Amino acid sequence: MFIKPILEVENFSKTFMLHEQGKELPSSHNVFLKAYAGRLTAIIGPTGAGKSTVLKGIYRTYLPTSGRMMFTMENGQQIDLATADEHQILALRQNEIGFVTQFLHTLPRQPTENVVAMPLIKKGMERRLAIEKARETLAKLNLPERLWGISPATFSGGEKQRVNLARGLLARPNLLLLDEPTASLDPKTTDRVVELIDNLKQSGTAVIAIFHDLNLVERLADKVVELEPPIGTEQFFNDTRKVL
Amino acid sequence: MSNDKILEVRNLSKVYGKGCSKCFESTGPKHDTNICPHCGSVVAAHDISFDLYRGEILGIMGESGSGKSTSIKNLFFDEMPTSGQATFFDQGKQYDLFKLNAQQKRHLRNHHFGMVYQNPVLGLNFNVSAGGNIAERLLMNNITHYSDIRDRAIELLRRTEVLTERMDELPKNFSGGMQQRVQIAKALATNPPLLFLDEVTTGLDLSVQAAILDLIMEIQHESNTAMIAVTHDLGVIRLLADRTIMMKYGRIVETGLTDQILEDPQDAYTQRLVASAL
Amino acid sequence: MSNTTQTTDTQFRQASAEYNFGFLDEYAKKEVRRSVLKAIAIPGYQVPYSSREMPMGRGFGTGGLQLTLALIGQKDTLKVIDQGSDDSVNAVNLRSFIEMTCPGIDTTTKVTEANLIQSRHRIPEQPLREDQVLILQVPYPDALVVVESSEDKRKIMHGEADYSRLLVKLYEDIVKFNEITISHRYPTRINGHYVIDSSPIPRWDVPKMHQSKALILLGAGREKKIYAVPPYTLAEPLEFDDMPFRVENFNDENGERQACHLCGCNHSFLDEFMDAKSGQKRYQCSDSDYCHEQLIYKTSTSNQHSEG
Repeated sequence: MFIKPILEVENFSKTFMLHEQGKELPSSHNVFLKAYAGRLTAIIGPTGAGKSTVLKGIYRTYLPTSGRMMFTMENGQQIDLATADEHQILALRQNEIGFVTQFLHTLPRQPTENVVAMPLIKKGMERRLAIEKARETLAKLNLPERLWGISPATFSGGEKQRVNLARGLLARPNLLLLDEPTASLDPKTTDRVVELIDNLKQSGTAVIAIFHDLNLVERLADKVVELEPPIGTEQFFNDTRKVL
Repeated sequence: MSNDKILEVRNLSKVYGKGCSKCFESTGPKHDTNICPHCGSVVAAHDISFDLYRGEILGIMGESGSGKSTSIKNLFFDEMPTSGQATFFDQGKQYDLFKLNAQQKRHLRNHHFGMVYQNPVLGLNFNVSAGGNIAERLLMNNITHYSDIRDRAIELLRRTEVLTERMDELPKNFSGGMQQRVQIAKALATNPPLLFLDEVTTGLDLSVQAAILDLIMEIQHESNTAMIAVTHDLGVIRLLADRTIMMKYGRIVETGLTDQILEDPQDAYTQRLVASAL
Repeated sequence: MSNTTQTTDTQFRQASAEYNFGFLDEYAKKEVRRSVLKAIAIPGYQVPYSSREMPMGRGFGTGGLQLTLALIGQKDTLKVIDQGSDDSVNAVNLRSFIEMTCPGIDTTTKVTEANLIQSRHRIPEQPLREDQVLILQVPYPDALVVVESSEDKRKIMHGEADYSRLLVKLYEDIVKFNEITISHRYPTRINGHYVIDSSPIPRWDVPKMHQSKALILLGAGREKKIYAVPPYTLAEPLEFDDMPFRVENFNDENGERQACHLCGCNHSFLDEFMDAKSGQKRYQCSDSDYCHEQLIYKTSTSNQHSEG
């Protein structure tokens, strides 16, 4: 059965212009990628290939140097994320596209459960209910209850990651971008994350993910896109990863 | 985030001094100055254009002399622009800001806008208690029920975490952070759809800064107020603003989503600024 | 029954005959009258006028005096009071001066007989009529002067009817004292726009301005302003919805209303003083004419009773 992709990335390239050094730094190049509702597309490739760059390009944290990223919005219309208006992107980020990165920037005093519940509250969910759901998700991710009421600012890397994930997964966006979501997690918690991602897929979310662990790619990916490092970038690692 | 535009600014310019025909072409980031070498006038801002949507927070970022404060001072009617246009949209009505008469401007300032200054002396009446400052704003809006005024003042001060036991004290007895909180409470008294913040945390202790930014964000989430926050602090931009405008010597050098400006700045100046953030 | 002052000194009469009727020249009077017309046309608005130097110091009622002199004619009957009394030094001085410079006018202490009443600090207890004009002496015409020292800014505030800072003052009063403590010069909104300084009349008298049958003119000589509360005009003292304006009460510690020790009246504005002999607190009608009338009324009714 032919399903239309929710996102179609065509010939995406990103080169950074560093004016101070007078240099150009190429990153992702000629990337083609499709994401489908209920499916997970994994991006693999060696370090420096520009995997995170693709996700950031989709999310518009990076401005694509070239290429199109056609996203099908909830209302059925298509929009090129590369050239969309800023406020349109902001609306999509709030309602339809989620991004779980490795960094957590939060307001200094917000307790963890508020941080996780915020996307739901912004979408209009009643505060108490949103916080309840946040707690459920945090519990599933094995974040101790004593941490729910305090700010994640002082958390460990792994704890912050769980907060990030909880927030991203709970929001149930139409398209979810995951950048190494399990990098700092123990195997038990990683299993839980896999469960949650599976659930998310079943509820229709399209996922594009970068996993450092190829086992996860095996377990979760329906499609794989492999990137190669751009020409001219030094490769610091010689081992080539196993390709599925 | 809605698709309602709340403010549209086009080609706003402000020149201090008599100005001459060469002012604009001889100033700006390319010339590394905002002072016209021919006539000595200061081109504080030139050709400033941007849109703001309901519920958005726009950051205007720049170093001293960038023209960022000038821009919002003109929008809030503290000053008159030399040229340019600005349209404010609210509840189905449209206001051509620079063509309004004094009373119309005052009406917008009192009912539809809020402003928090870096220096509380500009935003507060120091001859009147903290509660009285808020009362003043409510009274300008024809709320003439004493208990209602008192209740609302208490509510706002509580919201901005000012000890309500101190509401009848004069602001000069408050710390800087607390004075800012009173300013914020006063600015929000009338639930304005648009709030201007001019370097509101500059000069405050870091912990106080964090608390105030947090407060502003919380309030923004609750009330969906659109905000324009002027600052020279990237940290403030990162926390508050959805979108950012970068200004230098009176011109806009770059504009974009905040995370994009911070992680993928395109302009050379922006890159240098972001790289030098501590 | 009129009460003409008999001047026996011919020199005085001759001297005053060399002045224009009403002391002021006709141009000065015309300017005052035009200012009065403007003031009536814009109720509550402070009309600037070129206040003349009068042969008495500023602060002694030169503003009220100029209004009287510009309006009075030989057929008019004048009453002058100060703090409610026709006999106080200032009232006597002003009345003498006006008599001297306006030969032929009548003067009286009875409110009912006068058609022009100049007063400082009180509005007579007797309700005034449509054919009467009340002239009040004003030290500071601008109610906003307590919150804004710049006249330019005050003018803008008046123009935009922005009295929020004045209302904040009232708010602060209530916060401190649980009530508005202004006793005299109560800020009052005229005709729904301009807020005036009602002059040093007590709160007791402010309601008399509202829908008054008589024209009320207010003159500030030193500040060079004339303003008016026209007849049948709204005059609303500033208040809060839940803190309404209230007048003085003259209740003693038992809650009983004090009465005038002379005439027994318990519904007029009373002056409080210490009896020199007994050292006791006493109360007396501030409006001496009214007190006198009450005494006559009391005496006549008690006579009737004793006869009947």
